[in-house]
Amino acid sequence: MRDGRGRRGVPVGVPRRTAHPGSRVVRRAGRAAQYAALLAYLAFLAFPLLWLLSTAFKPPRELGSSHPTWIPRDPTFSNFRQAFDEQPLLRAGLNSLLVALAAALIAVLVATPMAYVLARRRTRLARAVSGWVVVSQAFPFVLLIIPLFLLLKNLRLIDSPAGLVIVYVVWALPFALWMLTGYVRAVPRELEEAAAVDGAGRLRTLVSVTAPLLAPGIAATAMFAFVTAWNEFFFALVLLKTPERQTLPVILTHFIGAEGVADLGPLAAASFLATLPSLVVFAFVQRRITGGLLAGAVKS
Amino acid sequence: MFSKRVKPRRFGAGPLNLVVALLLVLLAACSSDSSDSRDDGRVTLRFQSLAWQDESVAATKDLVDEWNATHPGVKVEYVQGSWDSVHDQLLTSFEGGEAPDVIHDASDDLADFAYGGYLADLTGLLPQRLKSDIPARSWATTTFGDGVYGVPFLQEPRVLIANAKWLRESGVRIPTPQHPWTWPEFRSVTRQLSGDGRFGVAWPLREPVSATLNLSLSAGGRLFHRGDDGKVTVRMDTGDEVVPRTVHDQVNTDHSAANSTLGSGGSDTLPGFFAGKYAMVPLGFSYRQQISQQAPEGFEWQVLPAPAGAAGLTQGVSPQTLSIAEDSPHKKEAAAFLDFLLRPANMVRLALGDWMLPTGTAALKDPALHTPDHGWATGTALAGHLVPAPAQSVRGYPEWKDKVATPALQEYYSGAIGLGELRRRLEKDGNLVLARYQR
Repeated sequence: MRDGRGRRGVPVGVPRRTAHPGSRVVRRAGRAAQYAALLAYLAFLAFPLLWLLSTAFKPPRELGSSHPTWIPRDPTFSNFRQAFDEQPLLRAGLNSLLVALAAALIAVLVATPMAYVLARRRTRLARAVSGWVVVSQAFPFVLLIIPLFLLLKNLRLIDSPAGLVIVYVVWALPFALWMLTGYVRAVPRELEEAAAVDGAGRLRTLVSVTAPLLAPGIAATAMFAFVTAWNEFFFALVLLKTPERQTLPVILTHFIGAEGVADLGPLAAASFLATLPSLVVFAFVQRRITGGLLAGAVKS
Repeated sequence: MFSKRVKPRRFGAGPLNLVVALLLVLLAACSSDSSDSRDDGRVTLRFQSLAWQDESVAATKDLVDEWNATHPGVKVEYVQGSWDSVHDQLLTSFEGGEAPDVIHDASDDLADFAYGGYLADLTGLLPQRLKSDIPARSWATTTFGDGVYGVPFLQEPRVLIANAKWLRESGVRIPTPQHPWTWPEFRSVTRQLSGDGRFGVAWPLREPVSATLNLSLSAGGRLFHRGDDGKVTVRMDTGDEVVPRTVHDQVNTDHSAANSTLGSGGSDTLPGFFAGKYAMVPLGFSYRQQISQQAPEGFEWQVLPAPAGAAGLTQGVSPQTLSIAEDSPHKKEAAAFLDFLLRPANMVRLALGDWMLPTGTAALKDPALHTPDHGWATGTALAGHLVPAPAQSVRGYPEWKDKVATPALQEYYSGAIGLGELRRRLEKDGNLVLARYQR
């Protein structure tokens, strides 16, 4: 106020312009259209999950109906019961959770310092590494699986969740690195320079200034690595032999037979349950992502 | 000083320690002793089964338990496999020397593994009882070169699942295995059953090649011809035209077959079938399990044989098989387990669990497979007409199927191309593909 400006930056004493009633209507209509588009998009995104939920509660005779309904006419828990009776879903879910959490944590711990170096050091080597990261995404995993299998066998890590974690970290690392490099570039260098001017060493600057500002990016990357590992099927199928160690995606395929024939009800019930941890993790991490990249970084 | 311009967030020892601690806990939880604890003198066999339906998994596990209870020296570990990606999974396991001792698969997937040296030749391993119990035509599905690389034990014919009430009310002749419909008669019946937005038949032809080739055998079709030099060429003769032409004409000329199901899988046609939109659906015999579960109360359905041609009810199949890995150090024990698992009574249990037919002649005599319930008797009557799928030993067949035959047949069935163009593509383009594999 002391500089002659009001709370919203409007000079004191200058009358605020009032909007024309017509433009207000247009603005409201535009906002309504935005909300409608957003709702339509949300409905589009939510459709598979809601349909899965609906299918999970349908008895077999409703699954074969040519007039499927959103709300099951005769809802039943039998699909869930059958799914749990036929397959060790809880144990597989726990296996998946452990492997996915470990893969996500290790991936971000490894990728964060690497991403920092790639973002801040614009050397030829850094550019080559960045290029390689992009190229490596183009390799089909069938190409990698046999060498990986032999490598893990020599390390005695076949049929070991630890071996699977290593594969998932390696698999997630290029994309995690690419994501985090972008986040590091979004942190203004000036902040680090200011910290340096104030006497902070490189490590102190990294830990106290850069890392907190990267937290949303790290959270998003961890989320990506978690979901990738949580959903992955083929490596888990090939690498884990002992039934007690198998992960959820592998167990889910046990509801599918030759030529794609499926035990649809139990499959839908188990698949719906399998999506829940990802949703929970996303809901938890989302707060960090939307918390604002640079919120509170600089005093106003 | 430091905090005058920059307000750092705490990201210090607390959270970092928490992350490291959590990581250590996770790694400890993930790490496991992967070494085999098989030093008790017992032989341990790993048996990867692809049984997936509740009853067949239960039957297989029960049989494994029975074996383990009666054979203290040889323990069998049941491992649940998955039809999804089984080829890639086995290939990786073979390459890595970690394949299961006993392998469940389908005969049309075995050629690569057999020629690749990954599977044991069972010729000298199997008991005479088992060899003579399974007919030669079934053994032909697992014979590659001079060796036998799998025991064919379950198979399913393609049948017509029909709306019984609709058929009864229409007054058409109901076919039996002894007096099946001919292909022209089938076309005429479907025409008779169609009208008012309803169709006589719905062909689920998302994978048109195996359905077409296997059914074409009934009309004397062969398509693949092996020359004196051992090389295989594609040639579309009169017999090869019967089935494709029937389907094409039903869809495009008579409008007695639903155009919309041509791109569908078998399960996708069931809702329309239950709703009375289609009178018949050609499906694999094991689909009866889904139909019995999902059909609405009071819905009457019955199993009819597929139409017959110049070669009668003959049709091609790719049976489910059990093989032994070449790398297995316990081949004799594995063969003994196969002998146990495939005793006639056990083969019947496996067949009933999977709603399929056993290959064994003794098992096929079991009264449980001759009941009219759920069409078992009709299916069992077809068992003698099942022969190896025509292309399963042809090298280059997968590429021919994916790149040439599938798109060509899809276009022909939808009416986009004619029979001449179909023949040109199957023969000319197809032989170019096969030639690359036979140089």
